[in-house]
Amino acid sequence: MNTFAFSNAAIDIAALQQTLRDPAAGGYASFEGWVRNHNEGLQVTRLEYEAFEALAIKEADLIIAEAIKKYGVLRAACVHRVGTLEIGDIAVWVGVSSAHRDEAFKACRYIIDEVKHRLPIWKKEHYINGDSGWVNCERCAEASHQLGHAHLHR
Amino acid sequence: MNVHSSIYGLVLAGGASRRMHTDKAALIHDGKTQLQHAYELLNKLCERTFISVRDTQTQDAIRASLPQIVDVHNGIGPLAGISAAQKQHPNVAWLVMACDLPFVTEDTLQYLIRHRDTTKLATAFRSTYDGLPEPLCSIWEPVSASRVEEWIASSNKCPRKLLINSTIQLLDSPNQHALDNINTPEEHLQALSTLGSPSISLNVQYFALFREQAGKRSEQLNTVASSPALLYTELQQRYGFKLTMNQLKVAINNEFSDWQTTLKSGDHVAFIPPVAGG
Repeated sequence: MNTFAFSNAAIDIAALQQTLRDPAAGGYASFEGWVRNHNEGLQVTRLEYEAFEALAIKEADLIIAEAIKKYGVLRAACVHRVGTLEIGDIAVWVGVSSAHRDEAFKACRYIIDEVKHRLPIWKKEHYINGDSGWVNCERCAEASHQLGHAHLHR
Repeated sequence: MNVHSSIYGLVLAGGASRRMHTDKAALIHDGKTQLQHAYELLNKLCERTFISVRDTQTQDAIRASLPQIVDVHNGIGPLAGISAAQKQHPNVAWLVMACDLPFVTEDTLQYLIRHRDTTKLATAFRSTYDGLPEPLCSIWEPVSASRVEEWIASSNKCPRKLLINSTIQLLDSPNQHALDNINTPEEHLQALSTLGSPSISLNVQYFALFREQAGKRSEQLNTVASSPALLYTELQQRYGFKLTMNQLKVAINNEFSDWQTTLKSGDHVAFIPPVAGG
């Protein structure tokens, strides 16, 4: 069962929501991540997402299985965009159906948090001034100093 | 006629290897750990050979099967190992060698033994870099034990400084690079090339920042790098990657993996920069 997928076109949420339907479900919670027009003080014009898909799909299926087991929800799914996205586009969608709302919200939160931390997906921001940068990569790319022999010999 | 005390071997392998980010004794070349290479080399030339370990290392996988001498003084470096060995076998001389000297050969050690001066405290090579004695490939006579204890009791625990301030036999190294050690992945990579290690063919995938910096999505390459850590070091040199290993993850054949996994020909390797999904 494919519970996670990448998409290079707009995410069809109505269709995805149908895959979570279950006679035992009393409700459905979802999260949509949208492309916003600013980040860390810079005006963002568009985004590019790139993924290591083979590894990301395996890891995402693990995350979803963990969420189902941990919160006892009925079904869960996630779709993440790759390619170029404009302001307001949906970058990621998570949906969870369950008997009761509490587990649905918790499982949904768990999945989006883990997806952000664990999946090999990268985001390049393009700024209004023409610059661009890979989020979390560019500013931390400083060589760490090396520990040398700590004392002189005389 | 031969009144020289016999020589036992001691491999120093208790260091924390901070700069290597891994246990140097466990690094592999030619299918054996550095520790095993060093042990076998000393054991060819010495009556008995031991490895020096800290008390927390006695059971670890690469050390458990070798004869050990456990440090008594913890956290003071090489002198702790030498002192423990001298206490256990006070009537022998100790040929002490660090496990991270891949260029020391049987010839190097035979030269050291041949030129040993038993009337001195120790016999050591002169460093080709600064002319000072190199304590981590040297012979310590039984008479040096009291000096070692004195030194440990003082605030200065540096074995090199002990040799500088003692009467020792100081030899010129027969080979300029014999005592080069490997403290960093760069030096380890260099050592593998110099030692003529076999190269393997890998498929390397590049994503995001790495894809842009390398100018390609993937490539097939031949390398002596036997672990992801060494491969990344090589790629840093080639492409100027600035992210450090502790900022990255590594995948081998589409599975998250470890920096010290042994790579084999045909493996697909990818380095994973800090992620930003969602």
